[in-house]
Amino acid sequence: MTLVKTSYNRRSFLKSSALAGGGMMLGFSWLASCKPSPEQLKSIPKEWFDINGFLKIADNGMVTIMSPNPEIGQNVKTAMPMIIAEELDIDWDDVTVEQAPLNTEIFTRQLAGGSQSIRHGWEALRMAGATARQMLIMAAATAWQVPASEITTKAGVITHEGSKNTAGYGEMASAAAAVDVPEEVPLKDAADFTIIGTDRKNVDGPKIVTGQPMFGLDIQEEGMLTAMIIHPPAFGMAYKSMDAEAVKAMPGIKDVFPIDVYPEGVEKQWSDGGGIAKLVAVVGESTWQCMQAKKALTVEWEVTSELQSSADHDEALTKLLNTKPKQAAREDGNVAKAFKNAAQVIERTYSAPFLAHNTMEPMNFFAHVTADEAKLRGPIQTPEFLEKTLVSVLDMPLEKIDIMMTRMGGGFGRRLYGHFGVEAAVISKKMQAPIKLVYTREDDMTQGTYRPSYKVRYKAGLDEKGSLIAWQVRGVGTNDDLVFENRFPAGAVDNYLAEKQLLETNVTTGAWRAPRSNFIAGAEQAFMDEVAELAKKDPIEFRLELFDRAINNPVGDPETNDYDPKRYAGVLKLVKEKADWTNGKKGNTARGVASYYCHNSYVAQVLDLTMDGDTPKIEKVWCAVDCGIVINPLSARNQIEGGIIDGIGHATYSQLTFKDGKPEQENFDTYNLIRNGQAPKEIETFFVDNGIDPTGLGEPSLPPVIGALANALYKSTGQRYYHQPFISERQVVG
Amino acid sequence: MANFNLKINGETQQLEVDPTTPMLWVLRDHLKLVGTKYGCGVAQCGACTIHLGDTAVRSCQLPISAVGDQEITTIEGLSENGDHPVQQAWIEEDVYQCGYCQAGQIMNASAFLKSNPNPTDAEIETAMNGNICRCGTYTRIKKAIKKAATSENA
Ligand code: FES
Ligand code: FES
Repeated sequence: MTLVKTSYNRRSFLKSSALAGGGMMLGFSWLASCKPSPEQLKSIPKEWFDINGFLKIADNGMVTIMSPNPEIGQNVKTAMPMIIAEELDIDWDDVTVEQAPLNTEIFTRQLAGGSQSIRHGWEALRMAGATARQMLIMAAATAWQVPASEITTKAGVITHEGSKNTAGYGEMASAAAAVDVPEEVPLKDAADFTIIGTDRKNVDGPKIVTGQPMFGLDIQEEGMLTAMIIHPPAFGMAYKSMDAEAVKAMPGIKDVFPIDVYPEGVEKQWSDGGGIAKLVAVVGESTWQCMQAKKALTVEWEVTSELQSSADHDEALTKLLNTKPKQAAREDGNVAKAFKNAAQVIERTYSAPFLAHNTMEPMNFFAHVTADEAKLRGPIQTPEFLEKTLVSVLDMPLEKIDIMMTRMGGGFGRRLYGHFGVEAAVISKKMQAPIKLVYTREDDMTQGTYRPSYKVRYKAGLDEKGSLIAWQVRGVGTNDDLVFENRFPAGAVDNYLAEKQLLETNVTTGAWRAPRSNFIAGAEQAFMDEVAELAKKDPIEFRLELFDRAINNPVGDPETNDYDPKRYAGVLKLVKEKADWTNGKKGNTARGVASYYCHNSYVAQVLDLTMDGDTPKIEKVWCAVDCGIVINPLSARNQIEGGIIDGIGHATYSQLTFKDGKPEQENFDTYNLIRNGQAPKEIETFFVDNGIDPTGLGEPSLPPVIGALANALYKSTGQRYYHQPFISERQVVG
Repeated sequence: MANFNLKINGETQQLEVDPTTPMLWVLRDHLKLVGTKYGCGVAQCGACTIHLGDTAVRSCQLPISAVGDQEITTIEGLSENGDHPVQQAWIEEDVYQCGYCQAGQIMNASAFLKSNPNPTDAEIETAMNGNICRCGTYTRIKKAIKKAATSENA
């Protein structure tokens, strides 16, 4: 048991109790969506006691835990409450989970991004559970007149051995809510965990399989209208004029008007990134009517900046790649000299296109803005920043703006950029009515905040013995300079040079699942494979030798996103063993390996494939992961599997291209996404058990698998794959 | 505008709507049955899958005028208590991530298993190829379908 100071949370805990009016709250929402069984009816709580902002306990011992962070499918809505329940010491079956409202006074960092929810939430969540447990103990100590230190808890029951007193949490909840928040609380030892580290099913599973309304797009409110937008057809164009009279007269259409989403002088947040200042809004009674009206409307656009095509981006990136930057991002030793002395030198260039996020649920948001207040509800990864922008756009104080987060039909970074929430608010204000803004798939795909397009060139030098003596990386990207100069193999090679530059473009780009890593990992790991081959070394042994060197020459501090070579080598050794790297390859399968470190977690993969004509059939992926303590292995494996399929899919099949500023793909008939038959037949995940505090899981399995795939493809076809998508022809679908 | 009588999830629904309206929007906007999802509107993603009689169809491509007196089943009506073998298998395998595509996956899988109760892996892949899961839950979908097939035959 560890004692921790609660101080940094005391103020917010007290505040939340005060807000709840004496610590008592009524809440039956956990019953709202299902008919109660007779047993449940028996156990319907009469009163709820708000212990702190994270949880409330009912008189019958039921516990409601608030999940603070946005849920985008990464399953924090199960994992975060599991951490609280663990320290509260309650039976998981007695827990109901609710999505917490946006309240940064109580919940720190209500943001889904960078695979950081669990890493950053870990301490606060543990403390929230442990504090509530301690308050229950203190209430019991007072009631029984015994020292708190002699009281124990187990699965929702408080016991004092000496006096033979016992009580359920429900019986003490009322008294506990009135106890002063303790200065210090004990935390469990990892060895005593009974919930963390066990498989727990997704708390929203029953709702998902029965189609309950949960997503932003499902919102229905009394008097609500549907709104749609029309954005400029190309990057580099802006609204000019329109004649909307005929369309306004179409059935069900309420109004058609241009909107100033971000008027001059408005204070924008980083999250407003891809937001377009002026759009056309179409508001009507139903979605279908709005869709028809959109098609019928002719809008005039004007060219305001260069209309770029993919060929332009390609040419400009190549030119930049051939230009030596004025300054190196990192330089160790003397690469030029080392290349001159090298017995063998190899140089390769890799590239990847823009990608759209394509969350299955297109962008949407509900807003009801009146003169006094703004109520918004919908799918957003950054609610706190949306709120700040709205203060400026609506000229309304923060307290009058209320944002609720819905479950999200995918995020992948797209919903970090919440301009659609601003658009919804502006439209509602104009209409003086509640509206739900809905993007069509075409709107969603063609007004993106895309994964940038990239190019990178690697150069390596080997001595006579096949030892790596020099490594050079130069990366360029659209609006993004790609290279992480302090990542592997920095530290593992004496002569090392990292250079990076960005190409500005008017195509909006932003974070896309595992930003930068989602391209550079695959390129680096494919290059590493070629270098190992040139050195006549086994690709795993070659990497392990480098990690051995890096152990003696650490690069920076693992906390600042530089790597720990021991943990890096650890996952590689684990996957080597599990996949039986040396002897495990079957029949005509081809095998590739890769490893990568990002979002504070380490991943290594072995991938087996066969070729069916030009199409790879992925037989199996073995994946070793070191992300510290795993909260919920069942859903952690799901994240790993999803990242692997996502990585394979996009690197093999997907791309977004431009012609005169206009995206050439608008829907899934031309934009290829991986499908069931193209996914790996089997994925097996192994977690390193090391008791280290948990780190990211939503992103780290994606980047390296692209390298493992490229390396296996080479083994199978004899060709190296340098340019994504590896296979770009349209796949026939069922 | 025209009047329609629809049989949906065992109940008769009367409504007046533009006859070109796809069933997807009839269900979602007019009948408030929002379990059926919009993903593409162009027959590519399968998120909008419903049953027309025993057949899985894409409701974004089915105008209300084409339904006639055929029985419609949506995810909300697949089973009374959410315990259809496919729904149960989905829960047991903890298939979903964001969950958005899953109503369509489940509706397609349940119609498929009815027509082919003992599918091979290859048949599952072909049958499910029209349903995109952006989160990449394909391996779990395959497992859950196999599990549902075994439980239905048990
Ligand atoms: S919405 Fe019907 S197939 Fe995509
Ligand atoms: S679970 Fe998210 S799209 Fe399938």
